Amino acid sequence: MDWLQSLRLAAPELLFTIAGLAILLVSAWANGKTAARLATWAVVAVLAAGAALTAPVLFSGAKGPETLAFGGLFAADAFAAAAKLLIYAAAGASLLVAPAFFERFRAMRAEYPVLVLFAVLGMSMMVSATNLLTLYIGLELNSLAAYVLAAFLKTDDRSAEAGLKYFVLGSLASGILLFGMSLTYGFTGTTDFAGIAAAFKDGLPAGAAFALVFVLAGLAFKISAVPFHMWTPDVYEGAPTPVTTFFASAPKVAALALTMIVTLKAFGTQAPAWQPIVIFAALASVFWGALGAIGQTNIKRLLAYSSINNVGFLLIGLATATPAGASAMLIYLAIYVAMTIGGFVAVLMLKDSDGNPVENIADFAGLSRERKVLAASLAVVMFSLAGIPPLLGFWGKLVVFQAAVQAGMFWVAVLGVLGSVVGAFYYLKVVKVMYFDEPAGKALGKSDWVHQAILALCVLFLSPLGYLVVKCLTALSDLAVAALMTAA
Amino acid sequence: MLAVPLVAALACLFSGAAAARTIALAATLIDLVLGAALWAQYDIGGAQWQFQENVALFQGFAWKLGIDGIALMLIMLSVFLMPICILASQSIEKRVSEYMAAFLLMETLMIGVFAAQDLLLFYIFFEAGLIPMYLIIGIWGGAERIYASYKFFLYTLLGSVLMLIAMLWMINEAGTTDIPTLMAYDFPADAQKWLWLAFFASFAVKMPMWPVHTWLPDAHVQAPTAGSVILAGVLLKMGGYGFIRFSLPMFPQASADFAWLVFALSMVAVVYTSLVALVQQDMKKLIAYSSVAHMAIVTVGLFAFNVQGLEGSMVVMLSHGLVSGALFLCVGVIYDRLHTREIDRYGGLSINMPKYALLFMLFTMASVGLPGTSGFVGEFLALTGIYKMSSWVALVAGSGIILGAGYMLYLYRRVAFGEQKNADAAAMPDLSVREWLMLAPIAAVVLWMGVYPESFLAPMRADIAALDARLASARPEGDARLTAGDPTTAKTHEAQSHETSAHGGAH
Repeated sequence: MDWLQSLRLAAPELLFTIAGLAILLVSAWANGKTAARLATWAVVAVLAAGAALTAPVLFSGAKGPETLAFGGLFAADAFAAAAKLLIYAAAGASLLVAPAFFERFRAMRAEYPVLVLFAVLGMSMMVSATNLLTLYIGLELNSLAAYVLAAFLKTDDRSAEAGLKYFVLGSLASGILLFGMSLTYGFTGTTDFAGIAAAFKDGLPAGAAFALVFVLAGLAFKISAVPFHMWTPDVYEGAPTPVTTFFASAPKVAALALTMIVTLKAFGTQAPAWQPIVIFAALASVFWGALGAIGQTNIKRLLAYSSINNVGFLLIGLATATPAGASAMLIYLAIYVAMTIGGFVAVLMLKDSDGNPVENIADFAGLSRERKVLAASLAVVMFSLAGIPPLLGFWGKLVVFQAAVQAGMFWVAVLGVLGSVVGAFYYLKVVKVMYFDEPAGKALGKSDWVHQAILALCVLFLSPLGYLVVKCLTALSDLAVAALMTAA
Repeated sequence: MLAVPLVAALACLFSGAAAARTIALAATLIDLVLGAALWAQYDIGGAQWQFQENVALFQGFAWKLGIDGIALMLIMLSVFLMPICILASQSIEKRVSEYMAAFLLMETLMIGVFAAQDLLLFYIFFEAGLIPMYLIIGIWGGAERIYASYKFFLYTLLGSVLMLIAMLWMINEAGTTDIPTLMAYDFPADAQKWLWLAFFASFAVKMPMWPVHTWLPDAHVQAPTAGSVILAGVLLKMGGYGFIRFSLPMFPQASADFAWLVFALSMVAVVYTSLVALVQQDMKKLIAYSSVAHMAIVTVGLFAFNVQGLEGSMVVMLSHGLVSGALFLCVGVIYDRLHTREIDRYGGLSINMPKYALLFMLFTMASVGLPGTSGFVGEFLALTGIYKMSSWVALVAGSGIILGAGYMLYLYRRVAFGEQKNADAAAMPDLSVREWLMLAPIAAVVLWMGVYPESFLAPMRADIAALDARLASARPEGDARLTAGDPTTAKTHEAQSHETSAHGGAH
């Protein structure tokens, strides 16, 4: 394996690094709104180029040793490619919606797209990691960019608070993760995932169980699974909405994909050791996410709890530790990304007549009469999140539960669906406010055409028309999982 | 048939109020004509499944439609009631186009439920119906509409998700989502119990059976008239259809084992809800409780495990769909005039509204089960079936019919006879042409079904015989289980051996 081969495999990451540095340099001199807009479009183009480089990897179902680069530190296989495509798409969408929002606060600067690009680079490395060190570098690169993004509205108290909170808690979680990683290294003598799996082939020493718990705790923080979810509502509420859109989609995909790699690959030989932990986190997230959301009056906090709830369903797929479960997770993730982006973009589009954002759920009253299409789109997203057929959110839940039932985890599935009924309540509440209540006359402002286009795309995907792509989605996620599970 | 209302629903969304009404009426009438054509072409005694469409999609999930006689009858019921509902919705003033769109969407989904031959497709249609109905109750309902819509949605969702898990298990076990294949598949006896309970949770809520019926009176009372008609007329039938299509043929053994549970719940329901209906002040609530009682007759009939019981239950379902729909329309007619459903506000309507009183009486009698109306045929057959199974259950269920006569006649007396207590009620005009158009066809069909039920029974006969054959293996044990907890062992056997004489005696 020569260096050229390694560089070719890491082409998207290299592209992002170079482009990120170049745009940063350019924007240091070219200030102002136009430059920021141009930088945004440039980064979107770079992401599209990265996606174009990544897509063939997924379609060819690349797996095995020829995907390893840099002496086995980095893998560009089909699984990483699937996660990357989702990440690029989510990041692209949250970039496109940003200018219209930030310009209102006169805070649109070129640093925003650059930071997003670096975060994406970090995530890209996370999902390609085959080694604890690559994993950590990717994770920290992503997290550092994310801390700054959360506090991007410098003059806004809530944004600053969100950034600080995210930073403190995030560093703590990184520390826990690092501690778990060092314990793992101590017990196995290697940081390579395949090596760890081989070392634990014959059983898990009692001390190594601690390592596992610490690693899982650190990862649970990143995916905001209960009981490490406390930061989520505060950060989601405080961060500027485009940033929240980004947080709820791309890093979630990356962290979940990473969790899948760590559990299924590195600790893949010890599934019975981590399955109970994942099952607990899954069910706790489902129920806590559903119950916590009921009392929320702010739509962003509600969506934060909803994302905790959804992570719970995703973890049910992981808890099965079967290829079917992992494949179901990827399908759910793809649908989840569309639902989240759709939800947050709809929130972005809600403005009062002066153009200020409207986030209070009570202010949505009668939206269905003032802004019919927007209300209908938000209703589609809400029903889809609740998992009501014929919307696509139902399909995601269906495949996850199907995997759980196939794996014989009957009670987990039953508790999961009961949780989804509890969850349906608060989604219905939003629909109720929009459709049943008398108009409050708050959310009247016009919205940007970019927002409308992205929301329309998401809603089309979630509508029954989305079933047309399910076949191809299933085939692709099966390919990706084949790459993940055989490598273990 | 599915496409017409769907396209029309979209068209309604983008048109004005008047145009939406016309489009909706036209679309439902077209569907009615299509339904009639379907019936005309249906080959009685031909293949069990006809008019099949099958497009395999992914993961064994297929767009597979097809109907047998049972489904045909229920589809006919749906398409027959829909134009009437649209006509009944003239009093809706706000957001007409959305209202019509929701109704047409409902129609698509209802036909889909009855025609689906793929388990997941069935579930999707079954559940998707919640969304338009939630909106119909929530937007156009009465004062307590929001509470009622939540209750309706969450109750039914809770029942259905358990069914979903059971479905997934079945797909996993049998390796197919094809309903006809699954109907012949023998699941292990232990699993059958759990699966049956999960399906029961869903259908019992939908049906609704006591004690999970409490969503129904709320939903009925708060829904607009046409919403009540659809709810009583068709949505409740989905529960019964579910029992016929899934619980009985797929899990015969478990059905036999749990027959006692169904009987017990139904017996409580018949007596309890009838008594509750007796003291209602609100007309819609009274009819809603009577629906619960009638549906209890349906469930005991279904679990009687014989041809009479099954046929009877089907006829009760069809008849109840028509009659309770018509009764809700009757309530709607006077509600539109006086805007109250309180029974005490009316009285002596036969004086100023003789035509209305005539039709109202016909439907009351049909609900009571007077010979010559559809109600009699169904209830008689169902009770015959039950009597063959257990005379005690038949006795209790039969007493429910007497109570039914009690509360319905009491209602009729208070509304139509007596003195005219209120001047405004006395001044109400009689039926308009539109109202005639709504009620007269139902009355005609009710009488037709009462006088010559054969035209409705014939298409279903072969399917019910097939179902009966499928249940035959489980039946003897069903009896044994029943008699174990029942001191009337001798009677049951006696009843079976003297089947013919009981038949003749009742005539």
